[in-house]
Amino acid sequence: MQHESALEAREPPVRAIGFVRRYIFSVDHKVIGLQYYALALVAVFVGMALSWLMRIHLVWPNWPIPGLHFLSKTGAPGNVMTPEYYLSLLTMHGTIMVFFVLTNAPFAALGNYFLPLQIGAEDMAFPRLNMLSFWITFLAFCVLMSSFFVSDGPPISGWTAYAPLSAVGSAAGPGQGMGQTLWAISIGIFCVASLLGALNFIATTLDMRTRGMTLMRMPLSTWAWFITSCISLFAFAVLLPTCILLCLDRMADTSFFVPSGLVISDRLQPHSGGSALLWQHLFWFFGHPEVYIAILPAAGIVSHVLINGLRRPLLSHKAIIFSMVAIGFLSYVVWGHHMFVSGMNPTSSLVFSFPTIIITIPAAVLTLTWLGSIYGSRLRLTTASLFALGFISMFVSGGLSGFFLAQPSIDIYLHATYFVVGHFHIVMGVAAIFGVFAGTYFWFPKMTGRMLNEGLGRIHFWGSFVGAYCIFMPFHYLGMAGNVRRYAAFVDDYMAPLMSVHRFITIAALVMGIVQMIFLVNLLYSLWRGPKAPDNPWECTSLEWATSSPPPADNFGGRSPIVYRDPYQYGVDAAGKDFVMQNEPFYAESASIPHLAEAAEAQE
Amino acid sequence: MRKAFALIVVLVAIGSAVPVILHWWPMAPDISADGHLIDQQMASTMVEVGSAFLLAQFLLAYFVYRSADRGTHENIRSIPGGVKLAVFVAVAFVGAELLALGMQGQRAWAIQYFSTPDPNAMTIQAQAGQFAYYFRYPGLDGKLGATHPEKINEGDQNFFGLDLEKDVAARDDVVSAELAIPVNRQIRLLLHTKDVGHSFYVPELRVQQDFVPGLDLMVHFTATKVGKYEIVCTQLCGMGHHSMRAYLRVMPQAEFDDWLKQKASEQ
Repeated sequence: MQHESALEAREPPVRAIGFVRRYIFSVDHKVIGLQYYALALVAVFVGMALSWLMRIHLVWPNWPIPGLHFLSKTGAPGNVMTPEYYLSLLTMHGTIMVFFVLTNAPFAALGNYFLPLQIGAEDMAFPRLNMLSFWITFLAFCVLMSSFFVSDGPPISGWTAYAPLSAVGSAAGPGQGMGQTLWAISIGIFCVASLLGALNFIATTLDMRTRGMTLMRMPLSTWAWFITSCISLFAFAVLLPTCILLCLDRMADTSFFVPSGLVISDRLQPHSGGSALLWQHLFWFFGHPEVYIAILPAAGIVSHVLINGLRRPLLSHKAIIFSMVAIGFLSYVVWGHHMFVSGMNPTSSLVFSFPTIIITIPAAVLTLTWLGSIYGSRLRLTTASLFALGFISMFVSGGLSGFFLAQPSIDIYLHATYFVVGHFHIVMGVAAIFGVFAGTYFWFPKMTGRMLNEGLGRIHFWGSFVGAYCIFMPFHYLGMAGNVRRYAAFVDDYMAPLMSVHRFITIAALVMGIVQMIFLVNLLYSLWRGPKAPDNPWECTSLEWATSSPPPADNFGGRSPIVYRDPYQYGVDAAGKDFVMQNEPFYAESASIPHLAEAAEAQE
Repeated sequence: MRKAFALIVVLVAIGSAVPVILHWWPMAPDISADGHLIDQQMASTMVEVGSAFLLAQFLLAYFVYRSADRGTHENIRSIPGGVKLAVFVAVAFVGAELLALGMQGQRAWAIQYFSTPDPNAMTIQAQAGQFAYYFRYPGLDGKLGATHPEKINEGDQNFFGLDLEKDVAARDDVVSAELAIPVNRQIRLLLHTKDVGHSFYVPELRVQQDFVPGLDLMVHFTATKVGKYEIVCTQLCGMGHHSMRAYLRVMPQAEFDDWLKQKASEQ
């Protein structure tokens, strides 16, 4: 099953390659996974810092924030941000978090590192392409960040960049000139990287599995990355041309998204014949699957981590896989639920509402299978398990609040309010990040050869869990009271009584930020000073634990493992252990089964 | 640890539910003829979703409390019914319940979007632009004059781009920065934007509809309570988005007639 290109690109022995080839322009999927992780880590702290600035501005609008004018002279004269600069930060926060954190961390970072290990491969199918994916993503990030430093600042049209606001250039306001162009270019570049990454994941999963690793023997995390890469392939394939069309509207005076007769800044715009709704359809055709690109890898990681903590397989391996596949398919027929009040044909709203409600069924199967599997297990409450359980709690909360918004009638009232903000932050933001945390605490020993501090980990978990509810539950109450989102200030009379809720949220967000610093300290400290990790500290069954911590450059030291078993053989009684690894042969039975005997011989 | 986990999850779940149950921050009061349908839908959804939320969180807490940190001598047990129970509950309860609820909610949607407005409904045009609304009432002729984007001139107060020289229908149109309407009379509101996307949202009316560039839309509603309410923009429209608002004034018919007459005489 070895792919030729992988053999071709196999690295020379470690000593022969220099620092640059080994750690910077590396073709090793493990190094690339860590590079993605580091990029996501930088991005998440930038995104979080932007959210603090926004939250402080919302509740103490005249408070000078020391040093803010260094970031932008025009956006924050006297260290107090202007309304348009608030919108810039909002746009950048959303874009950074959705693309460079939620797409990168659970999928590109952890997937890159562990998918080849879990299927027993030496590397990805196309290692050079893999390197290219990362560096293109990095370029996209740099282009996006550069919009902070152009004269009129970053774009102000939100991460959804609705046309024509995003398409008509600087006439539409500050940030809509160069900043918006950089945004469109950055996202276009990001699409290219994601497409290459998705192709690589798919080819690797289908073509690089080691002997005995049938599809149904793949761990659930690998299944999730595989399904996600299929979703990515179609989603980003639509967003890429959409960004190109936007660039053409902006730079070549085309009119894909701009209709005729628009008077902006007292000037009749030189466009005609475009459709504003076309942008929304194309964007959300990508945008909704994107939610699952963030959440499915987290669901897979959580399943993998949870099973290890529970010391038993889930009630059903197949139910989880089929549910994730069903969610993947359904994610393509629900995009219109973002557009109930957009002016789209009202019959389509009903049509889009039903698959949205039906998605609840596979989501409920996932949740109930996790919940039911906890019952009667021997749960070990490690930090990784805690984050996996926290994920379930968040997945339930965020999924259920989505059911309000899935109904067009209720959406008339709740659309574009803080209810929506609360909903997607919990289900797409917090839940997905909890999945990444679960994966980080679980796999850190494998990635670095050192253990993370469990005590700090628990403080991090409790702070994040309670903190996330304190921040995002009140968003729902605000939405129910009619508080509109994306406002730089609340000047409306009926929103004035809600300011106390906003203040509570801001304080919770600042505390939550401090809690994340504990994680950062733990990560950096343990990297240098953490106790040495054994090869399989969590007594796990899957192949990534069948090699050293960290694994050698070719993953298994030149000996491809052979898989004899289903992925999660826990709760058995095997020579004093309660688990059997996937690559442990059945010595007793193998003699009578010819291909297993042969395989066992080959391994010897 | 298992006790702490169970306790904190239960407290967080209850803490999340309390403000909703006690109506600390209630929905805006409903002042429309059809809004109660949306409110009922919201209430029944809240009951079902809220119970599912509490149940799931309590189960999570209880199962973790029962299973965590048990010695290895304890046998692994499976929940009675296993995965079949999980799938059955997902399909029969969660799926069917929510689908039924979804079906029920279609009525509230249909009244807003599929019913034709009353023939006696009063037609008003709303125009959104960065960052203000203007409303236009047909004069005595009952006709709104045609708009010409190239004639829009804010300096001359020609917000809609009317051709007052040639277009007779446009001459008696009444333009206002606030939306005054008579109580208990259906309003047919035509939505037009002169620049980018905006939205018309009055929480009390239970009406929210985007303005789409290049596409003129219509909503209809009947206000049943006299008073002054805020119309806010919910579609990100640029730097002044947060300040884009207008007032909706609902008045008795006689008072409205006087208001309209006075507005007409001012122009």
